[in-house]
Amino acid sequence: MSPDRLVYMANQIGKFFEVQRSDETVPGIANHIKKFWDPRMRKAIFAYLDEGGDGLDPPVREALEQLKAEAQGRGRPTPETSFQGT
Amino acid sequence: MSLIQEIDYGTPRSKAAKSVSLTVDGVAVTVPEGTSIMRAAMEVGTQIPKLCATDMLDAFGSCRLCLVEIQGRAGTPASCTTPVMEGMVVHTQTDRLKRIRKGVMELYISDHPLDCLTCSANGDCELQDMAGAVGLREVRYGYDGEKHANPGVDTSNPYFTFDPSKCIVCSRCVRACEEVQGTFALTIAGRGFDSVVSPSMEESFLASECVSCGACVQACPTATLNEKSVIDIGTPEHSVVTTCAYCGVGCAFKAEMRGEEVVRMLPYKDGKANRGHSCVKGRFAFGYATHKDRVLKPMIRSKITDPWREVSWDEAIAYAASEFKRIQAKYGKGSVGGITSSRCTNEETFLVQKLVRAGFGNNNVDTCARVCHSPTGYGLKTTYGTSAGTQDFDSVEQSDVIMIIGANPTDGHPVFASRMKKRLRQGAKLIILDPRRIDMVRTPHIEADYHLPLKPGTNVAVVTSLAHVIVTEGLVNESFVRTRCDFDEFQDWAEFVARPEHSPEAVEKVSGVPAELIRGAARLYAKGGNGAIYYGLGVTEHSQGSTTVMAIANLAMATGNIGREGVGVNPLRGQNNVQGSCDMGSFPHEVSGYRHVSDDATRAMFEALWGVPLDAEPGLRIPNMIDAAVDGSFKGLYIQGEDILQSDPDTKHMAAGLAAMECVVVQDLFLVETTNYAHVFLPGSTFLEKNGTFTNAERRIQMVRKVMQPKNGYEDWQITQLLSNALGFPMHYNHPSEIMDEVAALTPTFAGVSFKKLDELGSVQWPCNANAPEGTPVMHINGFVRGKGKFVITEYVATDEKTGPRFPLLLTTGRILSQYNVGAQTRRTANVIWHEEDRLEIHPHDAEQRGVCDGDWVKLASRAGETSLRATITERVAPGVVYTTFHHPVTQANVVTTEFSDWATNCPEYKVTAVQVMPSNGPTQWQEEYEELSRASRQIAEPAVIAAE
Ligand code: SF4
Ligand code: SF4
Ligand code: SF4
Ligand code: FES
Repeated sequence: MSPDRLVYMANQIGKFFEVQRSDETVPGIANHIKKFWDPRMRKAIFAYLDEGGDGLDPPVREALEQLKAEAQGRGRPTPETSFQGT
Repeated sequence: MSLIQEIDYGTPRSKAAKSVSLTVDGVAVTVPEGTSIMRAAMEVGTQIPKLCATDMLDAFGSCRLCLVEIQGRAGTPASCTTPVMEGMVVHTQTDRLKRIRKGVMELYISDHPLDCLTCSANGDCELQDMAGAVGLREVRYGYDGEKHANPGVDTSNPYFTFDPSKCIVCSRCVRACEEVQGTFALTIAGRGFDSVVSPSMEESFLASECVSCGACVQACPTATLNEKSVIDIGTPEHSVVTTCAYCGVGCAFKAEMRGEEVVRMLPYKDGKANRGHSCVKGRFAFGYATHKDRVLKPMIRSKITDPWREVSWDEAIAYAASEFKRIQAKYGKGSVGGITSSRCTNEETFLVQKLVRAGFGNNNVDTCARVCHSPTGYGLKTTYGTSAGTQDFDSVEQSDVIMIIGANPTDGHPVFASRMKKRLRQGAKLIILDPRRIDMVRTPHIEADYHLPLKPGTNVAVVTSLAHVIVTEGLVNESFVRTRCDFDEFQDWAEFVARPEHSPEAVEKVSGVPAELIRGAARLYAKGGNGAIYYGLGVTEHSQGSTTVMAIANLAMATGNIGREGVGVNPLRGQNNVQGSCDMGSFPHEVSGYRHVSDDATRAMFEALWGVPLDAEPGLRIPNMIDAAVDGSFKGLYIQGEDILQSDPDTKHMAAGLAAMECVVVQDLFLVETTNYAHVFLPGSTFLEKNGTFTNAERRIQMVRKVMQPKNGYEDWQITQLLSNALGFPMHYNHPSEIMDEVAALTPTFAGVSFKKLDELGSVQWPCNANAPEGTPVMHINGFVRGKGKFVITEYVATDEKTGPRFPLLLTTGRILSQYNVGAQTRRTANVIWHEEDRLEIHPHDAEQRGVCDGDWVKLASRAGETSLRATITERVAPGVVYTTFHHPVTQANVVTTEFSDWATNCPEYKVTAVQVMPSNGPTQWQEEYEELSRASRQIAEPAVIAAE
């Protein structure tokens, strides 16, 4: 899928969580993407991240790195946050 | 089956707590204080003759037929206007009363045309009934007394006629229009014998303010106001209670039938959402069910450029299944998906998502709620723990302050609007946040105390600013917040909203709303008693839709306006079953009851019952499906009852996505716009042809009952079942009640729901389970579903859809009373008389600058595309803002809307598009090409002629 659109969507999510409690910003973004994005969308943005990930806002990048590690069986699982929206 | 005759108690129910005992004709009766004698008598089965009284209306006391005698009192008071008193002894039938009543009836009959045998109300006329009831046997004045003024029959309304010669001037119609509907379109013109009912300006019904709700027709005791369908067909012989299939109000109706023909739809007084009222759509606009455009045979084609070929059900189903299997084999399991319909029943929706999850083996299922209230789901679940409104509709009767945000109830939710207006006429205060001056801002006997005409896209800024005033002026309900909410989060939030950038004075600059209006509105909401918020798509259809929902939820918590009657946060949901389709697990990330697919325990429950493993990963949302289709990884789609090409944003992108798919299956009533890109057409059934349930905006589950056999051969759930069986995932339901039983077994909030219970109780509001066996009218009473209420920081982020020199105006979209969404149904009824085309509303100032006159064709262009339509010049919209509806496919309003969407849910930003408007000569090239494509793609091949020998 078009990385531009995915980057745009990820940054939009980021803008919401950036102003929440600081310990929920990165997990909030990671969780949201994990819960609502179909695997092919996540795969596409991980690939984009590998190519440098231009345009991704810093906390979004951090969240994606974390999600990617988790998907590859490295790193810790993304912790739950207080944002339980569906 | 017989005609359901609801008891008319003559006057409304008293809600007083104290009760009073009396005797009526020797029978003891106890009723609430304030009850009329007439009603008390009816409670024990004694029907006092009456003409001007009916229990939908306050007593009026004009006909003098309902007289009674009361022991110890002189005279013969009217029983409809006389309240009961303790120990009263009432006689309803004495020689004196009989004499007086006969005299009254004689006068009525002497100047009434006596064409009873050929009168359309013959057998359904209260004047006839009363003549019988009082034993009228002769008319001493003769039958040829002077007749009432007869200016001729008014047939201007498409659904009912007005024949003044039959009018007995009982004023029931006038009062129904005022008290029930709240439109005040009728008056009694003239005096004494010459008095006659008339639309206010002595014009025809059609030309008047009348909104064709039909309340007056229902109230009329004679044939003066009568349904044209009754005049054509005759009176009905049996009736079945069912639920309106248009909007989220969920009005209950009696479908009154003659054989398999619907004679009329009469609002059902026992319907808890509508309490006996309706709007023009539900009452009158059912003719689409038998419209000639309905396609009743399945059709297939291998390419969208081929003409359609009519085939048997077997062939169509087998073809669709084989295509889905082929595609999955070639492109992978995730290359197909389905869309459930908010127009269909809960049971049908549940089956489509089941087919996708278990039959296709992925979670690529979504529903039209994506484009309307998905942010409500996210926002209310996050803050309160439940993806739904907090109240029942009755709650509004206890509200002191009503705040309407981004909703236009008189057009979108007309029956609830009438109930709201009633409360406002009783003195409740009104605050409106809307860029347009919607009708509720000023309508007869109602004027908004505050109208905040905010710039489209600035909801979060304005609602957060309301919170600023509440926090900085010490208006927070601290004891509520401390006991019911997470107090740490509250403190973070309070610090955030108190910042100077959220002050009304600062927000005025971005929103255009004068600071004193924000301050006044916030004070009124916080201090005015029970404050209730009702909101609509003007909140959700924004890039910050979910954030606005949470900002609203914050406001209600901070002021303690949650958890009891009269308050709450209430989404006015669009389609009849959009709440239900979400509840049933239509979203790609969650199964029924809003449980995420990654939850192992939940999945295990479904897997055990369904016998297949389920995917733990979320699937694609509609816009993601389209992106993936353009991208080449998504190739097949089963769409039940949704016209995504017309209703979803950015039409060109949608068209490209659909065109890239190899198998699009559309199940619908008509060849809707999306079928231009379809390969299989499965004819669907209407709500009149099926059994099932709908869930309205107040979480109320109500029965839909079949009144005729499906003209297409199958109910929609049966078609899904056929397809699933052909796909190799067998389903064996014999009746939708079995599907509901499965939902109940799998969904904790529905555990207590069954068709049997719905038959017994009429309706229930979920959660309905062991804790609440009869359902839950008001939520979060003793605590939030999530535990402590969550305050969320709501930072305003301006949309990236910005005006500039090329596109200097903001377009916002909406709908009107007589049409429904993409109009597939309402355009196929006489409702078109009120709305033949979509128009662009533009402020006189903007029109003048562009040399546009009222009625001119204009080109409406955005960066996504352009379309043409005609302009209406009006001050309802502010300068800089234009508005249109999307009911007609030729307009293609969504060619102009963009791909921007809510950050949390991808709900499209329909309400903000930067556009330019300029004079034009007519349709654009795209519109003409699209017309051509539509025409070509709807061709049906002549069946091959097989030689006889
Ligand atoms: S149809 Fe409704 S709006 Fe029209 S006159 Fe009758 S009650 Fe009033
Ligand atoms: S039109 Fe019908 S309801 Fe209205 S005053 Fe005449 S008889 Fe009564
Ligand atoms: S208000 Fe809605 S549910 Fe009620 S009759 Fe009108 S369209 Fe139907
Ligand atoms: S019914 Fe009581 S006065 Fe008419």
